[in-house]
Amino acid sequence: MSESAEGGSVAVRQNPGRQAAKLASRVGSFVLTLAATFVGLTAVTFFISRLTNIDPVLAIVGDKATSAAYDNAYLALGLDKPLIVQYFIYLMRLLTGDFGRSVLTSQPVLADLLRVFPATFELATIAIIIGVVVGVPAGVIAGATKGRWPDQVIRVVGLFGYSVPVFWLGLIGLFVFYGKLGWVAGTGRLDVFYQGVVTQRTGVILIDAALEGNWEIVGNAFSHLILPAGILGYFSLAYVARMTRSFMIDQLSQEYFTAARIKGNSYWRAVWRHAFPNIMVPLITVIGLSYASLLEGAVLTETVFAWPGLGLYITRALFNSDMNAVLGGTVLVGAVFITINLVSDLLYKLADPRLRAS
Amino acid sequence: MSAPLLTVEDLEVSFPGRTGFTRAVRNASFTLGRERLGIVGESGSGKTTMGRALLGLLPRTAQVTARTMSYDGTNLLTCTERDWQKLRGRRLSMVMQDPKYSLNPVMRVGRQIAETALLHLRTDRGDAKRRTLAMLEAVQIRDPELVYRLYPHQLSGGMGQRIMIAMMLIAEPDLLIADEPTSALDVTVQNEVLRILDDLVRVRGMGLVMISHNLTMVSSFCDRVLIMYAGRIVEECAASELQNAKHPYTQALIAATPSLDVRRTELATVTRDPEWLK
Repeated sequence: MSESAEGGSVAVRQNPGRQAAKLASRVGSFVLTLAATFVGLTAVTFFISRLTNIDPVLAIVGDKATSAAYDNAYLALGLDKPLIVQYFIYLMRLLTGDFGRSVLTSQPVLADLLRVFPATFELATIAIIIGVVVGVPAGVIAGATKGRWPDQVIRVVGLFGYSVPVFWLGLIGLFVFYGKLGWVAGTGRLDVFYQGVVTQRTGVILIDAALEGNWEIVGNAFSHLILPAGILGYFSLAYVARMTRSFMIDQLSQEYFTAARIKGNSYWRAVWRHAFPNIMVPLITVIGLSYASLLEGAVLTETVFAWPGLGLYITRALFNSDMNAVLGGTVLVGAVFITINLVSDLLYKLADPRLRAS
Repeated sequence: MSAPLLTVEDLEVSFPGRTGFTRAVRNASFTLGRERLGIVGESGSGKTTMGRALLGLLPRTAQVTARTMSYDGTNLLTCTERDWQKLRGRRLSMVMQDPKYSLNPVMRVGRQIAETALLHLRTDRGDAKRRTLAMLEAVQIRDPELVYRLYPHQLSGGMGQRIMIAMMLIAEPDLLIADEPTSALDVTVQNEVLRILDDLVRVRGMGLVMISHNLTMVSSFCDRVLIMYAGRIVEECAASELQNAKHPYTQALIAATPSLDVRRTELATVTRDPEWLK
């Protein structure tokens, strides 16, 4: 409470010069943090990849190559140089967008990532929207009715989402909603009939098709998306609701909540107007982390639904010792986490005045 | 004095626990007009619980019974949640102990005060804001327009408590319960806040229940004092007569207050007699 004020003379204004300097130092420290995180991330993945006894030369030339061809490739890859130099070469290449070539797809890794990430992005985004739109209100209601029937119902439904394996839910979902009822489309991102019709701009089919005004494809893509996204959404919903519930229970025992009721607010009005805005900071953290882990790609869901996303791509690369692809995927996942942390930090300041300025 | 504002007869509050019920308030009876009533007692004597019972704000598990508990013709025992909402803030209100915890940290204080007006008075946002600014002036905030836009963490304790008073008095209730309204404040601002509270209560002709453990403050500030011990009202007397209190507990409390004039090496303590409990 160093900036407390007595009697109305309040020290909240500052001179603009000091504010500009403050802003500059904040931006500077942010860029530094970003660079340090990036260097750390790439260093760890790079050196781990070099510790594995996979021969990157053999992966390129094949085991029938002559020893001369092998040596040429060895030199071309710069493997004769010290490890630390190799790392800096790798880092410089990354900065120019050169992630190397994937052995498995024989495409540049960057092109691969630009193809698979939008598929995961589409899935994860719809899933987190479901998780937040349903999970947050469910958690608030459960917390505010702690121990009574609405709480019990929400907790049981949440526990089910927590404990049932996703592949089982995926298969049953496909069997019921696709196989029996025919309400949704089957596996993959689009019916074969529609594939390749829409020009790729963002790679997110819903957006690309909407940009062309092709609503038939939007509908078909949505019909493919809704089941896997719904299942992933159910999982994040269960987690988000559980956390929201416990955050709310903390707030409802606070004095300001009682004060809000003394003023004449109804219980539910006090819950939504007073307690709920106070759980925003931890809630943003939980939602951010859920979203980030969804964007990593959900291997099981992507496998069951033949969804060509990031999780499937990295897993396949791992099984085939496709090191460039694994490294590229890891850097992308790291970048996703850094971005989400950054956005969360900005949202914290919007949600809580105590975190703004000073 | 005309018909009392508040009548309480045989109020009992108990909480279920592992070893049976804990009786937090036992057999409490008192009446209150448009006067200042002090309720004094040590921690855990049931003062706060009694205050919250009068607002219908005890936890769900609490069991409240009474022969009579009525406020200005309204039977509080049969109030529905909706009835309570009309009473709280508008007819009877409460100033809580520590503004650091009792103000909503993420809402501007102006909006917190205006909310009470919007809940009870037929008014719009603009008028609620005007009333809020007037109320801020009434609690002697020097720059109401500025303070209106501040968040609670930008206020000192004394300012915070004046905001609290403004928030609880803006809808002009007839009875205010003040639950240790100054014990979280610095000694230097305690008197200032008390004076503001005193002025407002006097000018508006309200009833006041002052819950405290500060005997000196209560005896100088209130007309009548109730002494509580272990959930019971053990003594009731005029504040001016407090020095002549008959109950041994009250006498012990008074004796435990050190005097500046008499040099002492050892402070008096309260020796409890199980007899006090019946």
